[in-house]
Amino acid sequence: MRTIFYLIRKEFIQIFRNKFIGRAIFAVPIVQMLILVPAVTFEIKNVDVCIIDNDLTPESRGLISQLEGSTFFKLKSATFSEEEANTLLHKGKCDLILHIPAGFGKDLVSGYTGKIMASINAINASTAQLTWAYLNGVLRDYNFNIITENININPIKPGNQIQIINRYWYNEMLNYKYYMLPGILGILVTAIGFLLAGLNLVREKEIGTIEQINVTPVRKHQFIIAKMVPFLIIGLIDLAAGMVLGKLAFNIPFEGSIALLFLCSAIFLAAVLGLALFISTFSGTQQQFMFIAFFFMIIFILMSGIFTPLESMPGWAQKLDIINPVAYLMRINRMVMLKGSTIHDISRDIYSLIIIAIIFVILAVRRYRKTA
Amino acid sequence: MKRFLGFVKKEFLHIFRDYRTLIILFGIPAAQILLFGYVVSTDIKNAGVAFLDLSKDEITQKISDNICSSGFFNRTDNLLAYNDIDKILKKGKTKAVIVFPKNFGGDLINEGKAILSIIADGSEPNTATLVTNYLTAIITDANREMTGLSPGITSIIQPEVKMFYNPALKGHFMFVPGVITLILILICALMTSVTITREKEFGTMEVLLVSPLRPVQIILGKVMPYFILSFINVILILLLSWLVFGLPVKGSIILLLGESMLYILMSLSLGILISTVSSTMQQAIFISLVGMMLPTILLSGFIFPIENMPQIYNWISSVLPPRYFIVIIKNIMIKGTGFMYIWKETLILTVMAAVFIGLSIRNFRIRLG
Repeated sequence: MRTIFYLIRKEFIQIFRNKFIGRAIFAVPIVQMLILVPAVTFEIKNVDVCIIDNDLTPESRGLISQLEGSTFFKLKSATFSEEEANTLLHKGKCDLILHIPAGFGKDLVSGYTGKIMASINAINASTAQLTWAYLNGVLRDYNFNIITENININPIKPGNQIQIINRYWYNEMLNYKYYMLPGILGILVTAIGFLLAGLNLVREKEIGTIEQINVTPVRKHQFIIAKMVPFLIIGLIDLAAGMVLGKLAFNIPFEGSIALLFLCSAIFLAAVLGLALFISTFSGTQQQFMFIAFFFMIIFILMSGIFTPLESMPGWAQKLDIINPVAYLMRINRMVMLKGSTIHDISRDIYSLIIIAIIFVILAVRRYRKTA
Repeated sequence: MKRFLGFVKKEFLHIFRDYRTLIILFGIPAAQILLFGYVVSTDIKNAGVAFLDLSKDEITQKISDNICSSGFFNRTDNLLAYNDIDKILKKGKTKAVIVFPKNFGGDLINEGKAILSIIADGSEPNTATLVTNYLTAIITDANREMTGLSPGITSIIQPEVKMFYNPALKGHFMFVPGVITLILILICALMTSVTITREKEFGTMEVLLVSPLRPVQIILGKVMPYFILSFINVILILLLSWLVFGLPVKGSIILLLGESMLYILMSLSLGILISTVSSTMQQAIFISLVGMMLPTILLSGFIFPIENMPQIYNWISSVLPPRYFIVIIKNIMIKGTGFMYIWKETLILTVMAAVFIGLSIRNFRIRLG
């Protein structure tokens, strides 16, 4: 036990001897978190619209002002030529072209269906879908106004109506910061622990100082544990600092038990660090390790459900996520912080994380050879 | 010149000797393109919903059947009381609960009006919005079906929509440009910064500096192999996205390759700059990976459109090179526009490359320590 303690002390001294790393470990995640969290949102604030109004009747103007009244659409330009509008779309100056052809107003007044054309920039498919949905909403309102105004022109018996009330629990206003903070914090902590722990071991190999440890009676598991613990502690400190700042800067609600969150994070860090050390046992150079780490990290992050819902992934990808520790962390972080889930609700995730952690640590210990 | 070629050859030998790195170098982009294409999507598929049906009549039955057979939703549970809602949402598998109040069907038939509520899990705002939108649409359709009204009759304006550039609304159009941008800058910056700091850390830089090679030649020689490898990588990614996802390059391929070269050059000079300020490989890796990965993913417009961010992020992201390259690549690949549409972005990238090179030359020291 004392051996481990001394080894851990040695690691701490080594980590903080490099002044840059010593500071960056704490500064980088916190600065990035503060900058990145408010940036990330799927919410569409304004879609730039270009109008081609070839009709110029009260009806077409009514539709345009209805569109202007919506908070999502911003009238950027108006033109009469389709070509000019398309150029604007090409240039990225507008994302929606609304073309009202001549005769629109006449059709409406005489009780026919008015036709309009919408061209949407669909490179970002989800934005395009939302734009289309909002546009439909505006048209629906406009329709409704016309029907109620001209009830005698176009008599329609309204059918049975179902009124739908939407409620969002745990995050009434759908604040994206609440959603992103636990995720971004988790990723930063992962990146730091994973990279530094692995690099640390490979560096000793590359420089040759590992030989000095190998000739001592230090046991394999002692060595691996001593490499893990400092980064586990650093990771937890980062997490704590991030959460305090998140609370101060963004007023993130904290519904669940803090102890539970830290317990889960500790298990998670053990898993990630175990994996990092396992990879580092068969990389010869820091460059090699870094590439493998980069590869795993990108996959872990993108498959973790931080930006996109896990349920939309194909079945095989969801199965692969069984061994993705970051996916568990995302789920646990959000459930505990925002919903106040208890240890009962997330027991399955915790068990899986523990199993992953044990497997990775054992692999790392077994794979590490004291003979070169 | 002969000396320089000899040096480049040495660098190539260095790279090829480490075959594991080489495999990863080409494996990463391939694996990531495939992963993105098949895995990352924001559509709703099989989202879990639960029902709290206090009415239990034909109409609520019909609505819940329609929801479950739509292909978007899976029934996770039938709840019995209001208290169960919190419990099931906390488990995380259920994204929304649909509550039919008592006598829902009766109200709808007798009074022509009934209220139901959708309680969605707001801890995932994007999923919550999508789920409620989809549910609302399905319920409205079900209602129309039951009352026998055809969907068009209530609307007197008929919009016709044209989805430009991406008629099938595929996600690939968004992520292929993003992946190329992300991978190129990270790999280029990483590789050059590491290979130069490595020589520093091991002391072999001294050997190079006392050789008759000039510092510029050393740097160029270091960068040249990675320039070629990265360029091959670009071609590989473009081929993959064409073969696997059928995403062709609409505009001029020569222009695209030229712009890629500029971007690679810019990333490599960023790598050189990082190497001049870091003394150990660890430090170089930390800056290029931890420092750059998340900002590149989040602030470049790769996943999250910059227009939707608060104004200040428009300024912050304007110093990030990936932001411009994504615009360039989207313009050439997807919109098929020519150089006239992207000269501004090209100019900015050129200036950035020049600035990075200038700063590196200023920081570069011939003597160590």
